[in-house]
Amino acid sequence: MTISQEEICTKVRETLVDALGVDDDEITDDATLMGDLGAESIDFLDIVFRLEKAFGIKIPREELFPPENLLNDPQYVTNGRLNESGLEKLKEQMPHVDFTEFAKDPDLNKMPDLFRVKSICDYVGNKVNAG
Amino acid sequence: MRWIWIDKFVAFESGRRAVAIKNVSLAEEHLADHFPGFPVMPASLLIEAMAQTSGILVGEARHFQEKVILAKVSRALFHELARPGDQLRLEAVIENLTEEAATISGTIRCENRLIGEISLMFSHIDKSQAGVEFPQENFVFNESFMSLLQFYLKDAQTGVPNP
Repeated sequence: MTISQEEICTKVRETLVDALGVDDDEITDDATLMGDLGAESIDFLDIVFRLEKAFGIKIPREELFPPENLLNDPQYVTNGRLNESGLEKLKEQMPHVDFTEFAKDPDLNKMPDLFRVKSICDYVGNKVNAG
Repeated sequence: MRWIWIDKFVAFESGRRAVAIKNVSLAEEHLADHFPGFPVMPASLLIEAMAQTSGILVGEARHFQEKVILAKVSRALFHELARPGDQLRLEAVIENLTEEAATISGTIRCENRLIGEISLMFSHIDKSQAGVEFPQENFVFNESFMSLLQFYLKDAQTGVPNP
């Protein structure tokens, strides 16, 4: 059974409202989870749990959000920025994320901007309709 | 003061659910101030009581190897007041349990009254805080905490009836 992307986004929004205690109208496609919606690290795990339940899917650990070990690994990080192999690795792990902007200046401090409502919708959409 | 807000367990199903009893007593000093002439168990302490009930449940599920820390109060909804003389029944059910975290949903009842509904999230701090060092020993599950579960197991063995 295929679920429309619209239905998926509606459900993702509901999940974010519950997990982050924000208002529905704050959750725009472009809203960043940390910057705009005030998510903290523990919230990411909470969101994963809730999405798994809401959609009946299994989200492998650190697939939806990047692994912390990557960010602490000197092989991938140079001077507070992701180096080329770091960026490659991240792209490979997170194919649902648009890296165009980030790739211009892959400052670790800008990582939170990568997680937007839309990227979660896309991720869940792929997951639900592939399985 | 001992920071234990449940009196005993009356049910404990490993990795699944736990039920604890808390008798609210006027002998608890804070009730004189909360509020003068109208004693009510503070909602924050009801949350703490649920955190203790479910924290032990979550800890036991992984044999107390993890340092289980309350990470998030996802939901806390209170319908009625908990007053002196009330016997509260706190029931916690594990919703998710992974290597780095757990979530539970819980209810607090007094007889047939639903006092509150609480959902919590716990973090296993060694697993979820990459690069941050914590003491080796498990400072979460201290002696007084562990005795709560031991009392229950002892009672269960010797057949002391529970409500």
